[in-house]
Amino acid sequence: MTEKDKLIRKEFPILKNRNVIYLDNAATSQKPPCVIEAANQYYSMHNANPLRGLYELSVDATDAYENARKTVADFIGAARPEEIVFTRNASESLNLIAYSYARTFLKEGDEIICTIAEHHSNMLPWQQAAKATGAKLTYLYCEKDGTLTPEMLEEIISEKTKLVAVTQISNVFGRLNDIKGFAKVAHANGALLVADGAQSVPHVPVDVQDLDCDFMAFSGHKMFAPMGIGALYAKYDLLEKMPPFLFGGEMIEYVTTEGATYAEVPHKFEAGTVNVGGAVGLAEAIRFMQRFGWETITKREDELTAYAMEKMKEYPYVHVIGSDDPKEHHGILTFKLDGVHPHDIAAIFDEHGIAVRAGHHCAQPLMKYLGTLSTTRASLAFYNNKEDIDAFIETLMEIRKEMGYAE
Amino acid sequence: MQNNTFYNEVLTDHNLHPVHKHHLEGANFSLEGVNPSCGDDIVLSLKVEDGKIVDGAYEGDGCAISQASADMMLDLVIGKSKDEAQRLADIFLRMIKGTVTEEEMEELEEASILSDVSHMPARVKCAVLGWHTMQEMLEEV
Repeated sequence: MTEKDKLIRKEFPILKNRNVIYLDNAATSQKPPCVIEAANQYYSMHNANPLRGLYELSVDATDAYENARKTVADFIGAARPEEIVFTRNASESLNLIAYSYARTFLKEGDEIICTIAEHHSNMLPWQQAAKATGAKLTYLYCEKDGTLTPEMLEEIISEKTKLVAVTQISNVFGRLNDIKGFAKVAHANGALLVADGAQSVPHVPVDVQDLDCDFMAFSGHKMFAPMGIGALYAKYDLLEKMPPFLFGGEMIEYVTTEGATYAEVPHKFEAGTVNVGGAVGLAEAIRFMQRFGWETITKREDELTAYAMEKMKEYPYVHVIGSDDPKEHHGILTFKLDGVHPHDIAAIFDEHGIAVRAGHHCAQPLMKYLGTLSTTRASLAFYNNKEDIDAFIETLMEIRKEMGYAE
Repeated sequence: MQNNTFYNEVLTDHNLHPVHKHHLEGANFSLEGVNPSCGDDIVLSLKVEDGKIVDGAYEGDGCAISQASADMMLDLVIGKSKDEAQRLADIFLRMIKGTVTEEEMEELEEASILSDVSHMPARVKCAVLGWHTMQEMLEEV
């Protein structure tokens, strides 16, 4: 282990406390002490119900919450903090768009396009919104290696298309999609572009103004923040014209027995007492990532991915799904191993203290399209190191033998 | 490398070289069992005459635990009465829940090697797939 490895490892106590080689970062990341401590500090020093109280503590809590919003907005290049709506996670963010925007502005005869490579959370909300509005849901099929291009969208988009939903990085292929190009095609046809940033925001620099996407959803817990905090980015004018998603406390201006006027953007989308501890943790996670910097994060992830793929290529029984180019994987290595079911593969990795994912990765339609029921996935974060990959490869090459094959 | 693997030779042998994984001619009962979350999918077929299981087989796909468990189950129940098979299935399912005596476990013969699944919550569905399917089927007999 290099000095740098040791330094980074120190930031993640669970990797030492549990003696685990953690390769399921696309599912959730581990948390550094500074994030845990930030939430702890908030509850120890500043906790009160924010946005309403007329006393110092509540003002502290409000500041903590709104400062976190500003940190998130700056991190992804939003034009202003109000363009960030705090949610529980990417799934809730995408549901917010489907419930508030799609159900209000879409009608029979309209079309929604989403890609076949989407996580269920960027597919089911559109299935439901289509059913509720009478709009048609059309799938954009990727190539079998995960390739999706704006040109492919251009071929199927029409003036009927009102929404296009595309993941920025697929949780199965790890490929980075050209959101800027997709947004251009969508806008040229009068449609809005919804980007799922759940796998991209933690791993690559994202600038929503440059991408010109209309919406972007992501989760905190995949980027070192606590579970239960996520965000929706949306262009301000869209948030202004969208109706509230949930109704109740903290999202109103004035209420009578007949109705109410609603709070300003973004608070009209944040009904009920909000997750300040989570928001503070997310802001600290962002500062944590910024301390290391994208160069360190992406360089380490790319190098480890390339190293793992090179070793996997030498073993004829393993087949990595997606591109042959490690740069197109962003730390996500989904694979099949001849003759062994993914659940057995994951169980044997577990016996060797290595955590990987097996199953359909919340992308059943994609698995069906790829002609498989399930696959195994190892996914990296920048705290992983060469030793982790060596242990992973060593176990990978043992699995068939453990399952009774000669080699 | 650790060597205390759950995947022992009995299990892997039943998975790679199953005796009962084939189409069954003359089956009079057939039922599909599915674990949607893992994609385990088997079709169990039995030939039952006068309340006795005279032959049985399964087809399908799944993890080693689901496949080996179905194979060991058929080893055990072929030649036994329907009631006896139901009793053994009950013992197996209780073994997976961790509420079984040692004497009972012995009755399961090779299938008792799956007792560790009681400590592996993620794999319970795999181990019981064949047995649940058989139980459901025999209730119709």
